[in-house]
Amino acid sequence: MNQNKTTSREPLFHVVKRPERSGRQMLLFRLGAVALSILAGGLFILAIGYNPIEIYGTILNGAFRSKIAVQSTIKITIPLCISALGATLAFKMKFWNIGGEGQIIMGGVFATYFALFHADWPHLPLMIVCFLAGLIGGGVWGLIPALFKVKWNTNETLLTLMLNYIALYIISWLQNGPWRDPAANGFPKIAAFAKNAVLGKVLGVQAGWIVMLVFTVLVWVYLKFTKQGYEVAVVGESQDTARYAGIHVKKVILRTMFLSGAIGGVCGMLQACGTDATLSTGIAGGVGFTAIIVAWLCQLNPGMILVVSFLFGVLEKGSGVVQSSYGLSTDCAAVLQGIILFFILASEFFVRYAFAGRSSAKGGKKA
Amino acid sequence: MSLFLKFLVAAVAAGTPLLFGTVGEILNEKVGHLNLGVEGMMALGACAGFMTAYLTDSLALALLASFAAGVLASLIYAVLTVTFLANQNVAGLTLTIFGTGLSNFIGVYMISRSAEGTLKLPAKVTASLAAVHIPGLSDAPVVGELLFSYNVFVYLGVAVALAAGWYLYGTKTGLNVQAIGENPGAADAASIPVNKFKYINLLLGGGICGIGGAYCSMIINGGVWLSDSVGGLGWIAVALVIFAAWKPQLAILGSFVFGGLRVLKYYVPTGAVPIAFFDMLPFLMTALVLIVTSMRGSKGSHIPASLGVNYFREDR
Repeated sequence: MNQNKTTSREPLFHVVKRPERSGRQMLLFRLGAVALSILAGGLFILAIGYNPIEIYGTILNGAFRSKIAVQSTIKITIPLCISALGATLAFKMKFWNIGGEGQIIMGGVFATYFALFHADWPHLPLMIVCFLAGLIGGGVWGLIPALFKVKWNTNETLLTLMLNYIALYIISWLQNGPWRDPAANGFPKIAAFAKNAVLGKVLGVQAGWIVMLVFTVLVWVYLKFTKQGYEVAVVGESQDTARYAGIHVKKVILRTMFLSGAIGGVCGMLQACGTDATLSTGIAGGVGFTAIIVAWLCQLNPGMILVVSFLFGVLEKGSGVVQSSYGLSTDCAAVLQGIILFFILASEFFVRYAFAGRSSAKGGKKA
Repeated sequence: MSLFLKFLVAAVAAGTPLLFGTVGEILNEKVGHLNLGVEGMMALGACAGFMTAYLTDSLALALLASFAAGVLASLIYAVLTVTFLANQNVAGLTLTIFGTGLSNFIGVYMISRSAEGTLKLPAKVTASLAAVHIPGLSDAPVVGELLFSYNVFVYLGVAVALAAGWYLYGTKTGLNVQAIGENPGAADAASIPVNKFKYINLLLGGGICGIGGAYCSMIINGGVWLSDSVGGLGWIAVALVIFAAWKPQLAILGSFVFGGLRVLKYYVPTGAVPIAFFDMLPFLMTALVLIVTSMRGSKGSHIPASLGVNYFREDR
């Protein structure tokens, strides 16, 4: 094996592929991983001297205790879910778009232009224009790395990462310069939108939740039932196969990245016009990164993304309550999210691979 | 002239945490692992280093703790990506979210336990973080200020970078390690223990990132604990690896240049160019470097060929 001096020596164990597990088994594995991560999180809480059951109880209770609590949980869910849907399109194509943050920001910037300077337009047309502006802003920001990818094979992971920060400092420039609110007593910020330019509420939560539900269905249909969605999957599996099948790979990459960015851009528009009613450097606030985790956690399944985004929303809202009642930082949400994903990532290994012992019957066989 | 000298000295100071992060990430990428967890590993190093200094008043222990925290953090990443073959991007991002979260969490927890409501480094450590005074050399005009007016982290950073450069490019082991990053299958066939070196490099790189984090928490904020002290420097470090063409020696130059970009705004006339542009500059330049090197094709690029791809032996 790996020692060519003594042919008889074998490592104690090695990794082999195993036949694919059934969907039921895979679900059980993931649930097991989540259970283990809740246990690990509990041990962590125990280690710092608190009662894990009490803390977990506070998180759940905090997210659901009142109508307002549920509404704010949903408010947290919206950007996470939409942004994860955007990431899903790119990931399906194995295009590592980690530029969600930047795409959210650019969507927000484009939408803000209309919300700030055309607030006198009638409400509905203005919202539609903001929506389209956000879509285009995010889409263009997603298209840039795709263009360089198809033209010169530029590493998209690193380029999208850089574009996040370039976008962030565009906001910082806008709020310090051209879009600075003169009424803010020298404090560099962009003015709050006029009421007419703020997205209305439906059932007490900004209307973005409807967009979220519609997008979840759209992305699911797009990936599962359309020709374009199929092309995305084929390009993701093997570009050579795609080319052989007559798929225009470059076109698919450009189109998909525009869509992926556009969804992120819409998320930015909803944050600016809906939740924040202004544009600030905190518009994305790490959502673009967490969304990648959510998309991966859900195996790029839109329905699951909706559910898991909501659960992450519960975790974040609940952690806020834990902060106010126990003085623990809201960062415990990030810690728990991290632990959950570590366990899920590890569990995926056991879905697809297995350890084979030294010279066991399985050892020589390839799956 | 003296303003320019001040700028150079400030650039070196601002570039030092980047230097640690960059060298650590180079060690990771050289074995084919694009670790996006630098920010998280630095955050954990920042927390471990600061808290140890706060509790023990010892710089040596603080450095050791930050290194250990970085190693432990990268151990999570290494187990997931090397042994469990998990997706590198996702594992790295998770490490960043987990690391910054845990670091801030512990910070808030420690503050709530402290009598004063803030965490400030004790006197002995603070003194040992001051500029190292070398009799004779430090007093020399210009040269003394330019080369011998820094704290211990700066010299340690340069030493670590030189050592890493020697390890990768000057030893046989290092050449073997580079072969893993280029073509792990071929390296395996040449009986190079691929996974062993992956672990060694990932853990070593993580530890170095951790020390960089300790710089952020102990020096940047003047010895007072603040949340998010790493504040995106880890991401700049990931960018700097490209800028330094995966060479630790070049990383020394690169991080001081980027440090210069970060402090440039304090040294130019205000109003000429928006400040946000200066903040954007490191990222803009890295994006340009990335694009230009990719335009030159495989000849111009120093990117390890297997970067981002896990190695599973039976897929050879």
